[in-house]
Amino acid sequence: MRIALISDIHANLPALEACLAAAGRLQAERFAFLGDFVGYGPDPEAVVARVHPLVEAGAIAVLGNHDLAALKPTKDMNATAAQAIAWTRKQLSAESTSFLAGLPFEVRSGDVLFVHADASDPAAWNYVTDAETARGSIEGCPAMVTFCGHVHVPAVYCLSATGKMIAHRPAQDVDIPLLAQRKWLAVLGSAGQPRDGNPAASFAMYDTEARTLTYHRAPYDVESVAQRIRALGLPDSLADRLLKGR
Amino acid sequence: MAKARLTIGTVIDGFRIDELTHTGGMAHLWSVTREADGARFLMKTPVVYEGEDPAAIVSFEMEQMIMPRLKGPHVPRHVANGDFAVQPHIVMERIEGETLLPQLKNLPLPVEKVAAIGAAIADAIQSLHAQDVIHLDIKPSNILFRPSGEAVLIDYGLAHHCKLPDLMQEEFRLPYGTAPYMAPEQVMGIRSDPRSDLFALGALLYFFATGTRPFGDPQKLKGLKQRLWRDPVPPRKLKPDIPPWFQEIVLRCLEVRAGRRYPTAAQLAHDLRNPEQVVLTARAEKLEKDGFFALLKRKGETAESLIDRPPERGTDTSDAPIVSLAVNLDDMTPELADKLRRTALRILERAPQARLAVLNVLKLNRIALDQTLDEQGNNKHVQRLVDLKDWARPMNLEQGRITFHVLEAVDPAETILDYARVNNVDHIVMGARANSTMRKILGSVSGKVAAEAPCSVTVVRNRGPDE
Repeated sequence: MRIALISDIHANLPALEACLAAAGRLQAERFAFLGDFVGYGPDPEAVVARVHPLVEAGAIAVLGNHDLAALKPTKDMNATAAQAIAWTRKQLSAESTSFLAGLPFEVRSGDVLFVHADASDPAAWNYVTDAETARGSIEGCPAMVTFCGHVHVPAVYCLSATGKMIAHRPAQDVDIPLLAQRKWLAVLGSAGQPRDGNPAASFAMYDTEARTLTYHRAPYDVESVAQRIRALGLPDSLADRLLKGR
Repeated sequence: MAKARLTIGTVIDGFRIDELTHTGGMAHLWSVTREADGARFLMKTPVVYEGEDPAAIVSFEMEQMIMPRLKGPHVPRHVANGDFAVQPHIVMERIEGETLLPQLKNLPLPVEKVAAIGAAIADAIQSLHAQDVIHLDIKPSNILFRPSGEAVLIDYGLAHHCKLPDLMQEEFRLPYGTAPYMAPEQVMGIRSDPRSDLFALGALLYFFATGTRPFGDPQKLKGLKQRLWRDPVPPRKLKPDIPPWFQEIVLRCLEVRAGRRYPTAAQLAHDLRNPEQVVLTARAEKLEKDGFFALLKRKGETAESLIDRPPERGTDTSDAPIVSLAVNLDDMTPELADKLRRTALRILERAPQARLAVLNVLKLNRIALDQTLDEQGNNKHVQRLVDLKDWARPMNLEQGRITFHVLEAVDPAETILDYARVNNVDHIVMGARANSTMRKILGSVSGKVAAEAPCSVTVVRNRGPDE
């Protein structure tokens, strides 16, 4: 089965639509959303309303830290994120709030785990940013393949039978075989707020039979989303980083 | 991991094992027959014993990742991969013909023959690099020749794919490779520099032309590291009849700093095929190893400071293209000449290590044997070369960046295309016929080249008055 993996949409509806359309062209048979549907962006309600029916129809979805923060205030956020999340909370309908409240921290499907952050303790929202943190996540869960987000920069890690960690910066549109004899952790890029220097929405496709993972980009009209962020009075820095992809 | 030992007659994934053809340190090779259609292939299986070297397994994983992606005549065609959980294997095309290994008993070979073999191997390396793969184990036993003449590179167990996780990178502290051919940066654990393959080919050229390995066959890391400081005996000292151009090429390949080697295998192949165009430097004339003081100075430096950093993303050769500028001196106006030269220079500007090959086709008479001497008794070929150099002079390109080629042929378009195919040309620049009536009568050379070229083509035309 071909699964489209979409993470960190962050209330960016055009970015989500671009990913869904591109995944459709790549013959996606199932969607998996790796959390952070809201926060930062201008369309929290529209994004949740778009995802909700997909999840009811069988798509995988897990909770992200921004989703949780939209449900109940937290102190673990910087000022910009907190300002955006306070605004977000007011935009969400009761139905969307209850959808987010019903999301699990992780979903298992066969030997694959879907989670927002470090899989060894999903509720701690730890970032997987290098081989060492990746080792913690991989050794802390039984899944052979883990997909997570949270970092907004694509990366692939694997652990060999001899305990060696390998870190890899994935190239766009290249099939990476996730060899069955190793444990893998793939960090997705962000659909709605990329931070790897490319403003185009990031997503990936995983083929469960061939065990190949491929990172893709879906370009969309970034300028208009940045304009709406400014028009809504959300912090300017959120519009700026969207344009830069940083 | 599979425990079952493979035996003759066993059938795995539809392939029947006929015979064990080779046993190496890391893998076995078997002749197999596909039961469905009787087609014969080669099957490779990793050597798996208790307490075995994990490198055998990891390199097999790499090979299973890389081989299915490779295309073209310079690699064995991949047929199937076997699951690690059952019996890991790779089934591939059987290539008729033998490796270069049996040639070792005939060394040294004549320089012309070594250059021809080297150019064919460089073509194969270029094809591999263009597919984002660095071989990292170029040596006689890994090179075969097809009956059609193309070199085929086998054994991707140590190879690096620039866009895939490098499983070998973190796994082992010791460098993996083959001692006589391993590049200095590879000795230091760097696996991402495509120019490591050019060093290995240089060591092979040296060995084949002199009968002596440039760095011996050290078995310990300390011995391997010697090549960072100690330069090899110049080939011409060992064999005085080796021409300077050949030594120039070989010693350039064997530079410790990758940045001083050829930037691409295509440029190396071009020099091996065009000896008269090789720019000779001090390397060509060198007859002794570097002296005591030069050695002392290098010994004072750390190993890391003696080698170059690998390029950011592997095998991108766009900084060092071969550009060919096809010039028709019989149909040239000052305006078109100026435009052609400017266009070529603009392309070179963005690619600091690019090479420009200026071509001219000397048309042969289709029927009668052509007169090589013109009325004044001048050799036409030599005169053309002089004219071509004169034509290119305003470009002010330094020697080494520009070469000149007069090709004698009946069909100019076919000749330009052939040159581009044989020499891995990345970009052809040529002028369009000035006169549209002539174009109608004679057909368009640039049109044919643009339609059939294996690379980019820029056709330069002077904007004339509206017709």
